[in-house]
Amino acid sequence: MTSGRIDSGPPDAAPAGPGPAEPEPTGSRPVGPGLAAELTGICGAANVITDPQQLRTYECDGLTSHRSTPGLVVLPQSAAEVAAIVRTCAASGVPFVARGSGTGLSGGALPRADGVLIVTSKMRNVIAIDPVSRRAIVEPGVTNLAVSKAAEPYGLFYAPDPSSQVVCSVGGNVAENSGGAHCLKHGFTVHHVTGLEIVTPQGDLTWLGDGTGASPGYDLVGAFTGSEGTLGIVTKVVVKLTPIPEAVTTLLAAFTTMGAGGAAVSAIIGSGILPGAIEMMDALAIEAAEAAVNCRYPEGAGAVLIVELDGPAGDVQAQTEAVRAICTAQGAYEIRAAQDAAERAAIWTGRRSAFAAVGRISPAYIVQDGVVPRTALPEVLDRIGELSAEHGIRVANVFHAGDGNLHPLVLFDDTVPGEQEQAEKLSGQILDLCIEHGGSITGEHGVGVDKSRYMPRMFGADDLDTMQLLRCAFDPAGLCNPGKVFPTPRLCGEVPGVRHGPHPLVASGLIDQF
Amino acid sequence: MTVLSVPAELASACAHVTPAGPADMVAGEPARYVAAPGSVSEAGAVLRAAASLGLTVVPRGTGSRLDWGPAPASCDLIIDTGRLDRILEHSAGDLVVSVQAGVRLDDLAKVLAPAGQRLAVNPPATAPGNGGGTIGGLTAAGAAGALRYRYGSPRDLLIGITVIRADGTIAKAGGKVVKNVAGYDIGKLFAGSFGTLGLIAEATFRLHPLPETTGWITLNCPDPAAAAAAVQAVADSALAPAAIELDWPAAARPIGVSVLLEGDEQSVAARSERMRSLLGGSGAEPNLHGSPDDAAGADGGAAAGAFRVLQPSSGGRGSPGTLLRVAFWTGQLAQVLAVIREAAGQHGLDPGISGSAGAGVLDVAVAEIADPSAVAEFVAALRAGLKALSAGSLLPATASAVVVHAPSAVRAAVDMWGPVQSLELMRAVKDQFDPQRRMAPGRLPGGI
Repeated sequence: MTSGRIDSGPPDAAPAGPGPAEPEPTGSRPVGPGLAAELTGICGAANVITDPQQLRTYECDGLTSHRSTPGLVVLPQSAAEVAAIVRTCAASGVPFVARGSGTGLSGGALPRADGVLIVTSKMRNVIAIDPVSRRAIVEPGVTNLAVSKAAEPYGLFYAPDPSSQVVCSVGGNVAENSGGAHCLKHGFTVHHVTGLEIVTPQGDLTWLGDGTGASPGYDLVGAFTGSEGTLGIVTKVVVKLTPIPEAVTTLLAAFTTMGAGGAAVSAIIGSGILPGAIEMMDALAIEAAEAAVNCRYPEGAGAVLIVELDGPAGDVQAQTEAVRAICTAQGAYEIRAAQDAAERAAIWTGRRSAFAAVGRISPAYIVQDGVVPRTALPEVLDRIGELSAEHGIRVANVFHAGDGNLHPLVLFDDTVPGEQEQAEKLSGQILDLCIEHGGSITGEHGVGVDKSRYMPRMFGADDLDTMQLLRCAFDPAGLCNPGKVFPTPRLCGEVPGVRHGPHPLVASGLIDQF
Repeated sequence: MTVLSVPAELASACAHVTPAGPADMVAGEPARYVAAPGSVSEAGAVLRAAASLGLTVVPRGTGSRLDWGPAPASCDLIIDTGRLDRILEHSAGDLVVSVQAGVRLDDLAKVLAPAGQRLAVNPPATAPGNGGGTIGGLTAAGAAGALRYRYGSPRDLLIGITVIRADGTIAKAGGKVVKNVAGYDIGKLFAGSFGTLGLIAEATFRLHPLPETTGWITLNCPDPAAAAAAVQAVADSALAPAAIELDWPAAARPIGVSVLLEGDEQSVAARSERMRSLLGGSGAEPNLHGSPDDAAGADGGAAAGAFRVLQPSSGGRGSPGTLLRVAFWTGQLAQVLAVIREAAGQHGLDPGISGSAGAGVLDVAVAEIADPSAVAEFVAALRAGLKALSAGSLLPATASAVVVHAPSAVRAAVDMWGPVQSLELMRAVKDQFDPQRRMAPGRLPGGI
């Protein structure tokens, strides 16, 4: 569960967010009534939105600081309709953006005022479950969790589990190569997708891959996954299903310092154990979680570690004992083990609530998604602490410790003049810190519009140019989700994602957020 | 015989450029020059020089899989990665290693093992003495072995890459952290690209712990249905197998289904016991100390239903005959086995079938002495049979049969790749990366 609103601003749909409205692309022309009529001919009037008030509800995704009201919204109900819509857009030179459930955290589904937003939420069929081949074929609007629910009767599940899995769409997961807390062991979306039916940016319907995971020729499934909606629109997805683990144990270990917790993480990985998840929270994040959801983590903890082990029962039992011993040796002063789903949920509650919970202790915040090599975690966390002190801006640390994926929450009060600028500066410095240590600016949230300006800090001009060759192969006209991932002069003014309280879907209790 | 002199542009780009010798062939296509750059920048200079001279280029590691795929339409210059043999960084605490492309798999394993780690790729040996091939070569060829079931192929473990484009541009993608979604995953595109997009110069991989022990359990099955049922039971189990292999050396022999369990002694012992009862057998003790490399291979002659504890044989892999790779949806294993046997039997062939049944990838090895036209007809019949298995699926195809390598007479008689999805997009990718079609031209489907 998550808590609701905070005081400093409404969580939803204020037309003018703290971030600037996206600049209108130069030379764009408005989406005219002619196009609306054509799209109505394809999808029916009920599935074409032109009313300005309704259009506004689509002005942002999970990153609410970037807003742009789409020129037109269409809600196709089939792959053929998506293809026809894209063909129509391509013929008129109108840009188009695909959107699943709109939970993305990097503005990857930010609409274009001069374009069409293609929303896949009416394509929600789990088309087939093949329990013998351990595959599912789903439409892009199917939610992540719905795949696992459909597979459950066969003892199978869909492994990638982004925190928004109750509501986020598989199509969006493919676009972002979504991870989740358990990707440490089970891999990312790209490891679980074996075939994609897509509509190319020219409007052609085609299959990438044959569902085997070993189709001949270039691995276009792999290249497409994580391309953030810039290479085409997914209309069907073939995913691998995985046997549900026989046993799962969740441990919560409390340490007085982050250093001790970090040492425990290294020792666990060094012992050859590969947990399903290793998560860590610092004192400030724990304080926020306690305030929000009363998770009753051990008192006085400077750091808590959540370690989840899954696999054959005997292995899990032995590894649980090993992890207990390691944590104790590293100074854990309290260790709890959850044996059933309810106890497990109790441990995860604090962690899952962390993003939203900081709203309890700060009027506004920026969340980052940088990654560092696991061994650099202690140094990077120390440095974040120093930067925090230098700027006088608090940073709560919540992260996937097993794979070094930080989610620093930079807390500030946007009613204090200059504080937001300080927070943005600090936020950028944290990303620089990640890059300096050989890491990445984003582990799972994607680049989108939010971090495209940081791409040149991580990649050289030749690197970015080479990536864009792939873009040119798929979308030479540049109409498919333009302005995302790669920095362009048109979008050079991005600011990091300033967030006011929880995402509307978090606030409503529909989803948890990591 | 005329001795070619090395063009000045090439010689000035790299000190190690020589005229090609008689052994410098790519699937029968002779090369003119061989360059062995010693650094990434030197490799870049070689490719720039090749571009200015309009030379066609084929990258080569140890050459262990160089005959995989169709011969290049032309091969002016071989870039030999043998001198790009540095292990750049092994960050044991991060379970990550960065290497240059010419590092051999066995040399890498020697560096990783003392830290209790490995790159979880174990492609079948192709020839003695090549050390399993180079990292660049096996990545470009998409080679994988039994561990494919648990760990996937190189593309699944690759987290960063440095490539050199046809024009000499050096570019990197990904990085050295496992979790990273910044930018397009160019590594996925180059994995399995057979040198057609450029040279893989460096690669960074995610590593895994070396298991304390491993054990194989083999069940001999009388027919495809029984083998498929065994594979299914193992794959559906919660016993976390690392590999589910199949070995059917000839039509008249039983089908061996072998399961690899990895872990500590106690875990492997316990899971082996459970695996045996799951498969409904009794008898032999599980072999707790077997490893994928140390067993001589199953003789396959045991009575059906009896458990054996031997490493599966590698079938005909590495033999000089025709090797096909058949990929399929694992639920159709029994039908696929039947289709292979029926198509082969129609043309008087009795190939060995082996591979990662649990992952839906099998190798079919046809003897070198087989009549080329019979092999070609077998390939056609096999593809037709696989296509029939796709009927009723939403996907246009759910299986493929690729001729990996073959004697020249067979090469001349077959389309080695067979039908491929989204060929136009693949061509578009090729056109962007290599507009002059100078990089390993013709090695991928559709003449790419």
